Amino acid sequence: MSLIAARNLEFGHGGRPVLQRVSLALEPGEIVTIVGPNGSGKSTLLRVLIGALKPQKGKVTRQQGLRIGYVPQKLHIDPTLPITVNRFLNLPRAVGKEAVAEALGSAGVAGVGGAQMSQLSGGQFQRVLLARAVLGRPHVLMLDEATQGLDQPGSATFYRQIDAVRRDLGCAVLMVSHELHVVMSASDRVICLNGHICCEGTPEVVSAAPAYRELFGAGTGGALALYRHEHDHDHDHGHDHAHHHEAAE
Amino acid sequence: MLDDFLVRAALAGVGTAIAAGLLGCFVVWRRMAYFGDATAHAAVLGVALALLFGTSITLGVGVVALAMAILIHGLSGRGAAVDTMLGVLAHGALALGLVAVTLIPGQRINLDAYLFGDVLSVTRVDLAVIWGGGTLVVLALWWRWSALLTATLSHDLAYAAGINPRREQLLLTLLMAAVVAVAIKVVGALLITALLIIPAAAARNFANSPERMAFLSVATGALSALAGLRLAVIFDTSVGPMIIVVAVLIFAVSAFGRKLRPLGT
Repeated sequence: MSLIAARNLEFGHGGRPVLQRVSLALEPGEIVTIVGPNGSGKSTLLRVLIGALKPQKGKVTRQQGLRIGYVPQKLHIDPTLPITVNRFLNLPRAVGKEAVAEALGSAGVAGVGGAQMSQLSGGQFQRVLLARAVLGRPHVLMLDEATQGLDQPGSATFYRQIDAVRRDLGCAVLMVSHELHVVMSASDRVICLNGHICCEGTPEVVSAAPAYRELFGAGTGGALALYRHEHDHDHDHGHDHAHHHEAAE
Repeated sequence: MLDDFLVRAALAGVGTAIAAGLLGCFVVWRRMAYFGDATAHAAVLGVALALLFGTSITLGVGVVALAMAILIHGLSGRGAAVDTMLGVLAHGALALGLVAVTLIPGQRINLDAYLFGDVLSVTRVDLAVIWGGGTLVVLALWWRWSALLTATLSHDLAYAAGINPRREQLLLTLLMAAVVAVAIKVVGALLITALLIIPAAAARNFANSPERMAFLSVATGALSALAGLRLAVIFDTSVGPMIIVVAVLIFAVSAFGRKLRPLGT
């Protein structure tokens, strides 16, 4: 049985349709990425899945007792609310000092526990959010543009940490991302969203799909090529590397 | 001991300050000041209705404040222009209450007692209401503390953790009505919001965690109540406004103190 499944979701905002006939299911352990242009309903879809928004039509079914770890796109903490990283990680359930220290370590921000949330840099903040999501030992980790504000090496490390988390916990990962080259390399399945689901499948299938190319242009073919290049250790084509890299930007 | 009106006044002030100090933290964190105003101003209408129907003032204030709080809660869920709407409701309720009080036949009541408080005339029954209501507020906040904090930080994080932030907000709404009913005798309808916000704002300057801020806010409120009562007796002024004046002074000192010793937050 799927961990979480959505069937025929419809969601509109002020008469403007945001999601139309969206169906998807998430299986244990898989990494699924949602890609799509700005305003295509990616964040809305995640927020419907966590229950923050009620779809006007359709249904979300969750496995009984499903635990979701959610990493929002951004989190604004009101400056009138003083809170340390340690306290933040113990909400809503107290998990204890050791668990917090371990989670911070595995998210790559060991030692920030005593700092105020407002003192963190953008990258540290995102990692703390990841640590908090992981602390609940989730069955599903949901990330909404979690690498926003990170530089390229930073986001590459961040994705490696997500992958490590998945291996440790065996959780499924559902993420929204605009970083196509990373997405393509890290996902089992890609869903291309533009209000409705344009196409979905393995990274290879999606990047070859006409609907995807229409949305992102042919240049993104290079993104997949770059991934191939990096991950297949295909050194014979070293000459093409710079070219593909440009295409990926 | 309770025979002394000053002792009763002190107990009433401290009891109110504890409940208001705790709830006030959420009012500050969630920017609910205007919401507090609307609920508190509705209390004047509650006074008018209580006089009209000959029921107890506390009951009238409690019921009308509750109705106003629930109305605002319902409207705020629809994404209307909340700020404007609260302004209309707050001042509308106040004006309606002021008009209604003067229209009641055969009554020449001193409205000042309800607008600015009259803590020196607190009875044993009032004390029971204040400490009963205050205890209720403290227990409810204690019970839902973590969920309330999570929902305050982010609605989405709350939803993902299986907490319904709308329900938590409704709880705060109900507690707000309770604090208004408790505090009207002490500081009056016009200054209740001040008692919610100022101690919490003063506490913010020296707090590094939500819990510490809550504790300092309660302490500041209680200190303001006791010192305000004492100063009002010495200078022969009304007590409610003096309590707020002391709270403002503590806030000013704490803001200045923070400048000298920044917490880096």
